[in-house]
Amino acid sequence: MNQKEWNNQFEPHEIETISSSGMDLSEKERSGSFLQKDNQVQFYRSLSEGIEIMSTEEALKKLPEVREYYGKNFSLLNRDFPKDTEGGYFVRVKKGKTVELPIQACLFLKAQGFKQKVHNIIIIEEGARVYLITGCSASKAANEGFHLGISEFFIQKGAYLNFTMIHSWKEDVSVKPMGIALVEEGASFISNYVCLRPVREIVMYPTAVLSGDNARASFNSLILSYPGSLQDIGSRVILRGKNTQAEIIARAVSLGGKVISRGHLKAEAKDIKAHLECRGLILSETGTIHAIPEMESDFRDVDMSHEAAIGKINREEIEYLCSRGFTKNEAQSIIVRGFMDVNVLALPELLKKDIEALEEKTLKASF
Amino acid sequence: MDSMLEVRNLSVEIGAKEILKDISLVINKGEIAVLFGPNGSGKSTLLKMIMGLSGYNKTGGEIILKGRKIDGLSTDERVKLGLGIMYQHPPKIRGVKLNQIVSFLSKNQKEIEDLSERLSLKEHLNRDINLGFSGGEMKRSELLQIILQDPDLLLLDEPESGVDLENISIMGDVLNNYLKKENKSALIITHTGYILDYIKAKRGCVMINGKLWCVGSPKEMFESIRKSGYEKCKECHEPERME
Repeated sequence: MNQKEWNNQFEPHEIETISSSGMDLSEKERSGSFLQKDNQVQFYRSLSEGIEIMSTEEALKKLPEVREYYGKNFSLLNRDFPKDTEGGYFVRVKKGKTVELPIQACLFLKAQGFKQKVHNIIIIEEGARVYLITGCSASKAANEGFHLGISEFFIQKGAYLNFTMIHSWKEDVSVKPMGIALVEEGASFISNYVCLRPVREIVMYPTAVLSGDNARASFNSLILSYPGSLQDIGSRVILRGKNTQAEIIARAVSLGGKVISRGHLKAEAKDIKAHLECRGLILSETGTIHAIPEMESDFRDVDMSHEAAIGKINREEIEYLCSRGFTKNEAQSIIVRGFMDVNVLALPELLKKDIEALEEKTLKASF
Repeated sequence: MDSMLEVRNLSVEIGAKEILKDISLVINKGEIAVLFGPNGSGKSTLLKMIMGLSGYNKTGGEIILKGRKIDGLSTDERVKLGLGIMYQHPPKIRGVKLNQIVSFLSKNQKEIEDLSERLSLKEHLNRDINLGFSGGEMKRSELLQIILQDPDLLLLDEPESGVDLENISIMGDVLNNYLKKENKSALIITHTGYILDYIKAKRGCVMINGKLWCVGSPKEMFESIRKSGYEKCKECHEPERME
C-alpha cells in the first residue's frame, strides 16, 4: 500500500497508532508486510526472495504441506485451541536464507465491539535467520474490542528467529495471545514483547519448547501498566534437549494498574542453563506487581536461577540527579526510562531506535 | 569580603538523635575550607544539609548562600544558585548512562571529551552510572560531573578516598585548576589529607560529635591530628567562631 492508500483507508489517528506498534508504512526498511483489519486481510507482500507471506487460510488452501503445521504445537503440549479464527498471517523463510531487514505484520482492530481472532503460522526453515515484528493496535472507534492471537512458531534446525511483538491497544480492549514455539536442534528463538499503551486486560503465557539439543530461547518484555488495567503476562520455556539455554527477563512499571509477571522454566534434560529475572517498579499507590517465578527440574546437572525485585524508585537515586540540577520530576522520568531500557530487549539496531522513540514519546506523556 | 556560604547556629537531628549541634561557619568567596573529623562526627550530614538532601530534621539555625536564605529550597533550586556536591558514596542507577548526566551538565562537547579523557572515563560515559565502577572510578566520575556542572561552591565529600596515587595527582590538578578560577569556593572533607598537596586551602575545621572548631592552616592541623588524634587537636586550639 502506498501513502495515499493508507490515507484513504485509515484515519490519521489510526495511522499514528499503527505506526506506534512498529509498522514502517513506507516499507523502506522491511523485507515484507502483512496487514489485517478486524477479520479482513488488507494486503501482504514479500519484498525479498525466499520469504513467503500470505494469510493463513490461503496458505492452508494453496500449500498442502502447511496443513500438518496447523495446531501441531498445541498437540505437542496436549493443549486445545480455538478453531473459529479468521485470518492471521503465514510466514515461511526458506532454508539457509538470511533476511537482513525485518518482516512486519500488523493486526488492527477497527469496528466497535469486534472480536478479532487470528491464527498465525511462522516457519523458519533450517539455517534461516530472520527478524519478524508484529504490531497489534486498535482504532479509537474499536470500543470494547477483543483480540485473540494464536501463533505457532517452527524454528527448524540451526535457524534463528527474532520476534518482536508490540501492543498498542486502548483502555477498553481485552487481549489474549496464545503462542507456542517449537525450537529444533541448534536453533534460537528470541521473543521481545513491548506494551506501553493502556489496555483493559491482557492474558498471555507463551511457551517455547526447546526440543533439539543446543537450542535456545529468550523472552524479554517491557510493560507499562495504567490504572484500571490487568496484565497477566508470563513466559515459559521447556528445556527438552541437552545443553539447551533459556532466559526470561521482564521489566514492569505500574502507573496504577495490576501486573502479574509469571515465568516458568522446566528442565526435562541434563546440562541445561536457564535464568529468570523480573524487576518491577510501582509508581502509584494503587499499582500492583505480582512476580511469580517458577523453576522445575528432575535432574541434578542443571544450572537454573531466578531473581525478582519489586519496589518504588529509590529516593537516593532521585536526590542524586537533583543534586546535578534535574528537578524531581525530571529525575523520576530519567530513572524510569533507564529502568525500561530497551537494551533489555534483544533488538536489531533498526528496531531499537524505533522502540526507543516510541518509549520516549509514551513516557513523556505519562510524566 | 563577600561570603559565599553562611551556616548560622545549625542544629540537626536524625530520628531523636542530635547530629549537628549549633554549627556556625562562614566560607568567603574564593575560599577553600577543609573539614576534618572522626567517622560519624556529622561532616557528611553538614554537606547534605547544605545541599538540601532528605532524611534529616533541622531543629534550628539557617543556611545562607550568596546572601540568600536557602533552607526552604529544593536541591535542584540550590544547584541553580551555584551549589555542587561530590558524593562520598554515589548511588548506582540502572539504565542511566553517565553520558546522559554529563551532556545535561555541559553543552560543550569538547570540554566533555577532554575532561573525560583526562580522568580516564571515556569508556565509562556509555555505561550505567556507577554500576560496576571501582571506588576510584566513582570518584573520578563525581569529579567529572561537578567540574562540568561548574558550581560556585563545591562540597566535596572525601574526594580522594579509594583513589590510587596516580589518579589522586590527576584529580588534584583538575580540581586545583578549577578552584583557581575567580571566586570559586569549596568545603572539602578529607581523611587521608592527600588532597591538601594539590589545593591551596587556607582554613581547616574539625568536627567532633556534631560540634565545629575552625582554626588556621589545614596542613598543620592535619599533622597535629595525625600525631595526636582529634581530641588533642580540639584542646590545642582556641575555638574560633566564624559568625
